[in-house]
Amino acid sequence: MSNAKRARPLSPHLTIWRWGPHMAVSIMHRAAGVGLATVGAILLVWWLVALATGPDAYAAFRDTFTDQDGGLNILGWLFGIGLTWVLFQHMASGIRHLVLDTGANYELKGNKRSAQMTWAFSAVMTLVFWAWLIWGK
Amino acid sequence: MGTGTEIGRVRGLGAAKSGPHHWWMQRLTAGSNFLLIAWLLVSLGRLPAYDHATVTAWLASPLAAVPMALLVASVFWHFRLGLQVVIEDYQHDETRVVALVLLNFYAVAMTAFAVFAILKIAFTGAAT
Repeated sequence: MSNAKRARPLSPHLTIWRWGPHMAVSIMHRAAGVGLATVGAILLVWWLVALATGPDAYAAFRDTFTDQDGGLNILGWLFGIGLTWVLFQHMASGIRHLVLDTGANYELKGNKRSAQMTWAFSAVMTLVFWAWLIWGK
Repeated sequence: MGTGTEIGRVRGLGAAKSGPHHWWMQRLTAGSNFLLIAWLLVSLGRLPAYDHATVTAWLASPLAAVPMALLVASVFWHFRLGLQVVIEDYQHDETRVVALVLLNFYAVAMTAFAVFAILKIAFTGAAT
């Protein structure tokens, strides 16, 4: 802004608008993306490198997230449920973004509904996926 | 910075024609991410167990190793583009350049570790 001749008008920003589902989904999309790119990607690489290094390295990975009996410990549940939920939320709001990119779904009612549907999608998909893992075997 | 006229200044400050490519690659990798993540979640759910022998035997198969390598390429490219936008939105001083350089190092290093691990498992099998 140093070379601006005069202060330019700014568009109304977060402090102006009444908070709504579309805003929550928008910032959640970004937060989820940052979380997946850091925590999610590091865990994926740790898992792959541990697998490639050998049984001992893989055991260190597993022992971080499981108890002696093989079941998930508190970290395993936290990262497992947390990451899958964040992944499904980012997936849902990402699909919504692709629809918005076509110029569709900007009508207030439909836009609000699609924003709310991303929460429902991520909650249901997380439950379905973990129900499959826990009871599907 | 343009020719000194208003329109010249606009032209000088405008897109360098690489913006649409960034935007499009983010959408393209979003689509491939969706397919590859769906494959990974279904594959992980279908594994009978998660011990080292079972998982490496699965990942050693070409039908698992190749999609996994593609997933790493697609997802890591996607997050590199996404984090770039986040950094550009919030970092306005010279720390932006430092952050973008670190982001590139991070994305390339993570990809290298992941792809090497996948190829090692694929080429040496479950034998350890």
